[in-house]
Amino acid sequence: MKRQSDEAGAAQFAATLAADEKIEPRDWIPEGYRQTLIRQMAQHAHSEVIGMQPEGNWITRAPTLQRKAILIAKVQDEAGHGLYLYSAAETLGTSRDELVDLLHKGKQKYSSIFNYPTLSWADMGAIGWLVDSAAIVNQIALQRTSYGPYARAMVRICKEESFHARQGYSIMMALSKGTDVQREMMQDAIDRWWWPSLMMFGPPDAESTNTAQSMEWKIKLYTNDELRQEFINQTVPQAHYLGATVPDPDLTFDEESGNWNIGAIDWDEFWAVVKGNGPLNRQRIAHKLKAWEENAWVREAASAYAAKRSRDRIEATA
Amino acid sequence: MTYEIPELEGEEKVTTTGETAGAWPLWEVFVRAKRGLNHIHVGSVHAADAEAAVQNARDTYTRRYEGVSVWVVPTAEIHASDDSDAMFEPFADKPYRHPTFYEIPDEVGQL
Repeated sequence: MKRQSDEAGAAQFAATLAADEKIEPRDWIPEGYRQTLIRQMAQHAHSEVIGMQPEGNWITRAPTLQRKAILIAKVQDEAGHGLYLYSAAETLGTSRDELVDLLHKGKQKYSSIFNYPTLSWADMGAIGWLVDSAAIVNQIALQRTSYGPYARAMVRICKEESFHARQGYSIMMALSKGTDVQREMMQDAIDRWWWPSLMMFGPPDAESTNTAQSMEWKIKLYTNDELRQEFINQTVPQAHYLGATVPDPDLTFDEESGNWNIGAIDWDEFWAVVKGNGPLNRQRIAHKLKAWEENAWVREAASAYAAKRSRDRIEATA
Repeated sequence: MTYEIPELEGEEKVTTTGETAGAWPLWEVFVRAKRGLNHIHVGSVHAADAEAAVQNARDTYTRRYEGVSVWVVPTAEIHASDDSDAMFEPFADKPYRHPTFYEIPDEVGQL
């Protein structure tokens, strides 16, 4: 392949973005674009992988066989989503093993939402409905992101997330029609997951330092606050449909804009969790490392078997 | 969800090198959605050998019956074109290769 000069490459990169076309793996890209994408896609992949833990916690205790089968399928999807994203990240010249290693060493993060504990079955409903819906709002926007492999992974993921959100809301609907205790359990889960779900969209625009550059590169198409508002507007009526409330005494509806306006978000809590002081930051990584190390023999056995079969084939043809 | 988790003050800048020592090789995955259609590239998987790659591709890319057949090819064996304009540009100025280039009167009929 002929290498483009940096000057010609930069011009083509700018023209491709201006035309709203996708950047593809073999294109010339600025190093900053590459590093920003690797960081974001790795964090996204790690989030999917760590995101299996809060829900995995309830697989053995699902209330019916059908709910259990659904939860297993959902958790398997999360693993799949992690793999789509590592695969897309590898087109930027990084490797999955390298990224996983950075996660294990605490040098790359995952979404803070997964550092909260799942205390009751209703949390499976709250995660599917609130956390996955928040993820969908963000990921639908990312389907139009400028890097082709990332955008395509988002299309694939969004198709599957819709099942996740709906199964979560279906758990909440079942609880809402249940006993007083079940309704209390549902409300308690909403009370605990509401604010962390809103924090998933990241700091307010005024404090979001990387947004301008990411928007110029069309990695990001909407700001944190825009997406957060979209999520609030779709979710508040869904809570009311359940006969539930969201834990915000300052919530008001603005007739003119059609927006639900929320009270102040506790950003101190957000930063504390990002800095590693959430309820379960250490446990999540410790559990991930334990699974990685305890299953090393599976990876070694598969490699040994592949090597043996390769030798057998060579001998057979000799 | 925003996956660009904000950078903290003093956060170590991570540089990736693409280090793959000890890792299973990478395989590109192609899926035939149904009979009569081509296999289409969908992504990649890691696996120790081709047989395991097919299994991993099935679990990763066809959990909802998205395919009836899977191909895997070692990523290192993919040979790609030079995607620059110079490679494909010569075809842009040959409109006469397309049937719509020719004006044929209606009375001539199907042509």
